[in-house]
This record gives sequence, structure tokens and C-alpha cells, in this order.
Amino acid sequence: MKKNWLSYPYLVWVLLFIFLPLLLVLFYSVTTRTEDGIRFTFEHFQRFMEPIYLRVLLRSVKLALISTVICLLLGYPMAMILAGNGFKRKQIMVFLFVVPMWMNFLLRTYAWMTLLERKGLLNTFLSWLGLAPLNLLYTEEAVVLGMVYNFLPFMVLPIYSVLSKIDKSLIEAAEDLGADGVTVFRKVIFPLSLPGVLSGITMVFMPAVTTFVISRLLGGGQFTLIGNLIEQQFLLVGDWNFGSAISMVMMLVILLSIGVMSKYEKENEGSGLF
Amino acid sequence: MVKKYRILLGAVLLAAVILTLSSCGQDKRVVLNVYNWGDYIDEEVIDLFEKTYNIRVNYDTFSTNEDMYVKIKSGGADYDVLFPSDYTIERMIKEDMLHKLDLSNIPNYKYIADRFKNLDYDPANEYSVPYMWGTVGILYNRTMVEEPVTSWRILWDEKYSKQILMLDSQRDSIGVALKMLGYDMNTRNLDELEAAKQALIQQKPLVLAYVGDDVKDKMIAGEAALAVVWSGDAVYMKWENPDLEYALPEEGSNLWFDAMVIPKTSKKKAEAELFINFMCEPEIAFKNADYIGYSSPHTEVVKMLDPDLVADKAAYPDDEDLVNYDIFKDLGDYLRIYDRIWTEVKSH
Amino acid sequence: MTRFLKKSYAALIYLFLYAPILILLVFSFNASKSRGIWAGFTLKWYLELFQDRQIMKALYNTVIIAVLSSAIATVIGTAAAIGIHNMKKLKRKIVMNLTYIPVVNPDIVTGLSLMLLFIFTNFRLGFISLLLAHITFNIPYVILSVLPKLKQLDKNLYEAALDLGATPLYAYRKVILPEIMPGVITGLLLAFTLSIDDFVISFFTTGSGVSTLSIIVYSMARRGINPKINALSTLLFITVLLLLVIVNIRTSGEHRKKE
Repeated sequence: MKKNWLSYPYLVWVLLFIFLPLLLVLFYSVTTRTEDGIRFTFEHFQRFMEPIYLRVLLRSVKLALISTVICLLLGYPMAMILAGNGFKRKQIMVFLFVVPMWMNFLLRTYAWMTLLERKGLLNTFLSWLGLAPLNLLYTEEAVVLGMVYNFLPFMVLPIYSVLSKIDKSLIEAAEDLGADGVTVFRKVIFPLSLPGVLSGITMVFMPAVTTFVISRLLGGGQFTLIGNLIEQQFLLVGDWNFGSAISMVMMLVILLSIGVMSKYEKENEGSGLF
Repeated sequence: MVKKYRILLGAVLLAAVILTLSSCGQDKRVVLNVYNWGDYIDEEVIDLFEKTYNIRVNYDTFSTNEDMYVKIKSGGADYDVLFPSDYTIERMIKEDMLHKLDLSNIPNYKYIADRFKNLDYDPANEYSVPYMWGTVGILYNRTMVEEPVTSWRILWDEKYSKQILMLDSQRDSIGVALKMLGYDMNTRNLDELEAAKQALIQQKPLVLAYVGDDVKDKMIAGEAALAVVWSGDAVYMKWENPDLEYALPEEGSNLWFDAMVIPKTSKKKAEAELFINFMCEPEIAFKNADYIGYSSPHTEVVKMLDPDLVADKAAYPDDEDLVNYDIFKDLGDYLRIYDRIWTEVKSH
Repeated sequence: MTRFLKKSYAALIYLFLYAPILILLVFSFNASKSRGIWAGFTLKWYLELFQDRQIMKALYNTVIIAVLSSAIATVIGTAAAIGIHNMKKLKRKIVMNLTYIPVVNPDIVTGLSLMLLFIFTNFRLGFISLLLAHITFNIPYVILSVLPKLKQLDKNLYEAALDLGATPLYAYRKVILPEIMPGVITGLLLAFTLSIDDFVISFFTTGSGVSTLSIIVYSMARRGINPKINALSTLLFITVLLLLVIVNIRTSGEHRKKE
């Protein structure tokens, strides 16, 4: 099976458009521009180690983790339902998962604000039921909700994709051997679906930890995330060096978390990171 | 199963090809690239300009001065006319990014009221022609705030806990705190800035949210009692919800200008000046002011507008109303200090 | 009973996904420019939409970029995935780590780093740079969708085909490609969707005169989102739904003919 050449166009692409730009970011993160030219320095990384920035990092990771877990808990059953035989028009059901993303995510996030406001639809409904209105918008919960809403399809689709390919005879064999539903799931379905789960976790956690729009709109700007910090450095302050340094730190955090994750996965030999 | 996708993809591809072909018959007119704030022009004006001068206008929009600045500074874009605000113009002049205007090509400059000439950001009127102007003040809902609103201090009143909307903009919010404490909005005094930081941290539990444009929808819907807003937006919000009122705080505030400039990267200076001049035609300037609702610096426009609007101090304050009003200056390296303060406030 | 439970669960998830979109649809008919109040039913935003050159041009750019970038990314990405799957362990590790980079990187860094590259190489920012950037961030998603499928693949199947006298190419086309097709399609859909949805990377890699819908929406964010955009979203949404229905009717018609 010598098909390595199939990946050559991609390798060239990777070098040109991924590796090279990244080197530029690295270069920015360890240099500073002074009057006599460019000087190497680690001052940007030192600056990031101050408590105010570390606190932001911690909050970003925390919110992204919560969102990823919720996405997994909501998304896995959904992927199973989609992959099962419950629906006649299965493809359409899957497709309906993608359609919302074709509408601009800024607009969808704005629409959530209409739902969550003090005088918004949810609170109107609550008061119609005779309940007291809640402060829903501009909370950490609202930020998590926005992340789950925006990234749920990224969890469901890869899991669905893997589940729908599982050989049904494996499950039948397990059932014939006397395994109950829970055991079949634990011993057969779930282990087989792990590659999909890991893709899903990756695809949800990454954008969640780096988002800056969701926290701004639904968090009312009160919950600065690391994405906001980077955006500020590049767009507002024009301190590209510090911004690059934060980006490097963030990449490190993400690489580490993926590394930890793939340690627990035996099947995934050499396909993920590390 | 795969078939469905093939058909769907086929349809999308076909649509794309048709779209590509349909746009092939492009015209050969001179193209002028204009870069303005989002929703900040009456689009009819662009058509009129194109018809009058047989020049095609490529119209793009930005959302903050900084976005625009990064785009121009990076050299990736070749715009011919920009609409930045005061402090950004100052910065661009300092960094030699702007063409000097030839005012003899812009005869309509005579309509700009004298009080909007020779301002600090462009002292000799060499680089910019004012487009819109306004103030920053407090918008409040009369059904929720009964006392008279005269001072920034009301934004620190615990009575209005979780009823206050601040701007998610470091310069504006730190500026408000500085003014509340009686300092200049462009201060470089570290003690004053530290005091402003403490004030903002102290205020944070009372703030419902730090918002951008959504402030308009929020205030119109009555979601909050008090908000820091730009005067042009205040006019619109009062129109949509009569319970709202705009107040200019006695401590002073920010006075701002958006003006038209030509970046050095432009190779069509003559056409760009033609465009700027066209924007100052009384009829055209009126169309824009009428559509946007912001205050116009144009003497003829003020005569044409609804007298009620011109009499409204929110939209057209006199010089006497504007004592202690600072125009933002370019902060240079101090921008980093402002940024740090803002990060500390928001991550507190 | 479980069937009922499944259906209600799915219904709830779809409600969650579509609730904000319903809001958008409803507000595209709102006579007031503000989202805060309902001022009666109107169609004026739809009329104004088609006269808005800027929005129409952005729509055109968005669709073209999404179609081209997702198609190109799918071809390159699928080929790459097959190649990567057959690589030796160490080499595969290195390539996969590089593949993760655009996924891992914050959009803003990907966008900025690409902008830096284009400026360094004196490449003019515009349509082509935007397309290149979109392909770049799309490819990894295709690879990540195809690879799990390849891993599930029974290697014996391919070898059996070879034993039966199939050429390697034929075996690939007839055995492997159909097996990984769901992954390829998922990748294509993801790529198309991400391209349509992207704002940050587009913002940095586009030049004057080439805007996408996201860029327009974002730049409106400060002065207020014009309901014309809601009207456009509604139309797009209905188009996609119509396409789905048409495709569905056609294919089920074919099924009947075969039977």
C-alpha cells in the first residue's frame, strides 16, 4: 500500500501556509522592536506570567472544558439516535444539523440575546407561567450556552460518522452472547466510537477556548477570555509581539491537553498529537 | 444516499458557475475604493456619485478605528477614502500615512462650520474634512431613573445595581471614570489612571454588561436604566423609545469627530478629492445626515434639518454646553497602559 | 416507548438549534429597525435587500469562496488522508501534528500569520489570498473527518480485491472510496460550513473591495445590524431547506422507479 505520494500536495501546502506563518508568529513572540532594530527577548512571556493574565487563561480553559463536557453529554445520544434506524430520512436529519451554521454565527448569537434578555422571550414565558424572571444574559452560564450552541454540531457529526460505520453484526453477536444493552454499549459501541469522540472533543474544545465573540456578546464583556486578550493585542493595542506570545502559550496549553487525552487512547496509535 | 449529496452539490456548483459568469461583464470605469464605518452612509449617495462622475465606487465597511488602522498599516489594502475618528487621524498624520488635501479641489469645504475647523487632531485643516460629530453622554430611562441626571457619579450609585450599561471600549470607559474624578480624558498621569482603575473595579458589580452596539437594542427595550452612549445613537434611541433621555454630564465628556481622509497608499487622489467634495454638497450631506441621524458639521444641512432636532441639545449642543469636553488624542505608547488597566478591570 | 423518548430528545435538540433562527426569521419582518420592539409586519427589508449592492456583492463572494475552497480542500484533504494513513508511524505523527495546527490555533493567529506571510511575499491581498486562507483552514477538517473512516476500514477488503485481480486504482475506487465516502462528505460539508461561517480569518486575509457576509455583519455591529441582513439570512435558510426537499423528492422518486 504505497500511496504516500497522495499526500505530497498537502505537505507542500502545510509547509507554505501553516508552517511558515507559524514561524513568523514564533519570531514575533521572542523579539521586540527597539530603535536600533530587532532584539531577542523573553519579556513577553514573562509578562504573561503575571496573575491577571493567568487568571484569564484559567477561566478560558474552565469554560471551554465545561462546554466540551456538555457537548459530549448532549451530542453522544443525539449521534446514536441519528446513527440508529429510528428515522426514515436519516440524511436529512444529519443535514439539518449543519444548516444552522450556514447562517452567520454573529447573527445567531445576537438572536440568543433576544431569547435570554430580562424582557426576552424566555423570561416572558416564565412570567406567563407565574415565575419570577431570571437574570440569564451576561452570566458565565450564558457564555457556556453560546459555546455549546455554536459547537454542538462539531461534536455530533464526527461521532455520528463513526457510529454509522459500526458493523451491526458485532452488536448482534454481543447480544447473542447474552450481553445486555448497557454492556453492549460499554464493551462494543463506545470503544469503537472513540476516534469520533476524540475528534469531537478536539473540534469543540479548540474553538471554545479561543473564542472572543461569544464571551463579548453573551458575557457582556465581563468575562475576558484568552481570545479577547489576543484580539486586543493585535487589533487595539498593536502589540503584536505580546499577542504572539499569548498565542504561543495558548497553543502550548492546547497541545498539552491533546497529549494527555491521546495517552488514554490505545487504538489511536500515532494518528493524533504525540 | 451519496446520490442526494451529489445532486445537492451539483446544484450548488452550478449556481456558483452561473454567478461567476454573470459577473464577468465588468465595466472599465475608474474604481474608487471607499472604506467607511458600517451603516454610515445613505447608499443612494454612492449611486448618485457614480452617475454624476462615471466613476465606480467599491464600498467597504469597518467597525472600529483600530480595525481600519491595522488594515491600512499592514499595506494589504489600497483604499482611496477613509472615515477615521479624531485620534486615529492624529496617529495617521504622525505616522505619515495620509495625503495632504488640496482644498481648492474641495470647494464645498466652505460649508463646514468654523467651529469644526482647526481642531487639535488636524490643526491646519491639511488632512481631513469633517463628516459627522457628536458627544458621549448618559442615556437614561425616565421610568426607572427619577432623579435628574447631571453627573457621571450616577453610574456609581448602588441603587442602580445591574441596571447600568458601560461601553466595551477601553478609551471610552476609562475616560468616563477619569471625567467622574475630574481628570482629563487624555491623561498620562499614572496616579490619575490608577484612581480611574480603582473606580472602574469598584463599579464593576453594579454593571449589567460592557456592550458595543447592542446598547441600542437594550435601551430601547428597557433592559437597563442607564447607559453610556454616543450622541448620534441617543437621538435614534429617543426616537424609538420616548421614555429615554440623553444627558451631558456636568464634569464634561468626550467630543468626537469622524472625518474623511485620503491614505498615502491611494493612487487616485484627484478622484478621492472629488468624492470628498461630493460628500459635502449640501443636498448630499443632508441625505447622509438624515439617514444616519448623527450630527452634521455642515452649515447648510443644519438649516435643512428638522428644527426640533437641531434645537435638541443631545444632537446639536452649543459650545457653551461643551466646556470641559476633551477630544481624544493619540496615546502613543500609553495605549498599553490603558490596555492593561482595562484588562485588569475586566478580569477582576 | 424508547422510540418515543428518542424522538422527543431529537426534537428538543433541534428546537435548541433552531430557536435563534426562528427569531431571526420573525425579526426580518419587523417594521422597526431595532431588535428591541415589534412595530408591525413589513416586507420592506426584502425589497431593500436586493437594491443593496454591497450586501449582494458580499453574498456572491461568500458563496464562491465557500464552494471553491471546500471543493479544493476536499480533494487535497482526502488524498492527504489516504497518504497519511499509509505512512510509517513517526512520519504520520509529524504530519498529523502539523495538521492540527490550524485547528488548534486561534482563528485570529491563523488569520494574522497568513496576512504576515502574504505581506512578506508581496502577495496582493484580495480574492486569491482569501481563497488560499480558506482552503488552508478547511483541509484539516477534511482530513480529521476522513481518517477515522480509514481506520475503521478492513485492510483485508482491499487486499482481497487485489487478490481477485483488481488494479490498485480500481480497488481504491471500488472498495476504499465507497467505504470512506461518508467521511469525505462530512469533511466537505464541514469545510463548506466553516468557510461560510468564518469571519476572523477572512477579515485579515482579504483586501480592498472583497468583503464576505461575515465581514459586513461584523462592521455593522457597531452602528446596528440592519434588518436587511435578517432578510437575507431568511432567504438563504429557505433556499437551503427547499434544496433539501427537492433533492429528497427526486431521490425517493428514483428509488420507486427501481423498485
